[in-house]
Amino acid sequence: MCLGIPGRIVAIDDRADPADPVLGTVDFAGLRRSVCLDFTPAAGIGDYVIVHVGFAISQIDEAEAAKTLAVLDAIPDVWETELGPEAAT
Amino acid sequence: MKYLDEYRDPALAVKLLAELHATATRPWAVMEVCGGQTHTLVRQGIDELLPAGIRMIHGPGCPVCVTPLEVIDKALAIAARPEVIFTSYGDMLRVPGSAGDLLGVRARGGDVRVVYTPLDAVRIARQHPDREVVFFAVGFETTAPANAMAVRYAADAGIGNFSVLVSHVLVPPAITALLDAPDNQVQGFLAAGHVCAVMGWTEYEPIAARYRVPIVVTGFEPLDLLEGILMAVRQLEQGRSEVENQYARAVRRTGNTAAQEVVRRVFRVTERNWRGIGPIPTSGLALAAEFSAYDADTRFATTGVRTEENPDCIAGAILRGTKLPTDCAAYGTRCTPRTPLGAPMVSAEGTCAAFHNSGRRPAPSTVEEIG
Ligand code: SF4
Repeated sequence: MCLGIPGRIVAIDDRADPADPVLGTVDFAGLRRSVCLDFTPAAGIGDYVIVHVGFAISQIDEAEAAKTLAVLDAIPDVWETELGPEAAT
Repeated sequence: MKYLDEYRDPALAVKLLAELHATATRPWAVMEVCGGQTHTLVRQGIDELLPAGIRMIHGPGCPVCVTPLEVIDKALAIAARPEVIFTSYGDMLRVPGSAGDLLGVRARGGDVRVVYTPLDAVRIARQHPDREVVFFAVGFETTAPANAMAVRYAADAGIGNFSVLVSHVLVPPAITALLDAPDNQVQGFLAAGHVCAVMGWTEYEPIAARYRVPIVVTGFEPLDLLEGILMAVRQLEQGRSEVENQYARAVRRTGNTAAQEVVRRVFRVTERNWRGIGPIPTSGLALAAEFSAYDADTRFATTGVRTEENPDCIAGAILRGTKLPTDCAAYGTRCTPRTPLGAPMVSAEGTCAAFHNSGRRPAPSTVEEIG
């Protein structure tokens, strides 16, 4: 659970209540998940973030995201563990 | 060099290795703290490509592995209650407690559900106001902000049927405890990149200075690790003991302050028992007084849980870095990822599982040589 996966923000949801979490959609090499963006307030649509247990914890650039994805691919079950069963490919 | 052709950039790997060979004039022992880094090192055979004498010690950085047995047993007791929906990250489900694991509780009818983010647990609580939803809040500094946020949202939204069983651990006090141990062999550390993405590295600066150990914040791709090791060895050779950042693309010195703020608000620092290691002062997080109503431990009064470790498992020595999985008599025979006797065989981040997944076999001569 401790790895974190880079993905690209493709949408940021409207909030009904300002106390609600800032949620957005992040694309992980084609798989899309709802992600909380509260900890990366400067990140906008098109930016890359490292996502860990459903929260973006750090903003990174595109080239670095690709490097990190390459190594994650080598770890068994990483997609399923970090993103859910539908993510297992 | 058999593994090098698998690298994203084999030429750079060769260059870093050559540089490492040119730099190292003496034996050094460097610990990678993070289980994800252990996985990359073992899988890519990086530890076997290093100059003779440069030894990687695999650290306790697997959150699944270090969660103490009494907490697993509490989780099993709570999850078995009929009114409870017990939610957890998936890799905690197979961690053996004194008697069985969470999967076993589910097989006996317990409502145990895997969630990928603690916000899902809050959502389940909202959907089932007639049930008690408990989330198993474990992990290092990387998961703490998400888990803290789940508690904060539940509090803000007035969701009363949600609570958390907290067993968070913190890396810097564990590093200090390892360095204080009389049998410590670690001379330099690779600090876990994503822990530092959240926390920054200011906490490591006094440790590096006081114990005179280099600490290099490192990512977890193979080239990150090679570069991190080179940076640590270079410091050791030059007699320096600084905190350096190899993982500059994701980590800044002060970390993610928004994430730190919610952790500070929802949790307080406490002593924590580490599975296989024992209690370490100020190495854990528990709910702050303001949020004590969300503490599953008190809500379900799980006192009187009696724990019993499997006597064959040498997880403690593995987590302290004094023994290798291949030193364990049960490794690969009675203990495999499908039938784990101890926590380090459960998660892909555990050292025993990393060794097993990479097909490492017991090799007595090698073990003697480096031990
Ligand atoms: S191989 Fe299994 S029994 Fe041996 S130390 Fe690792 S987890 Fe424990």
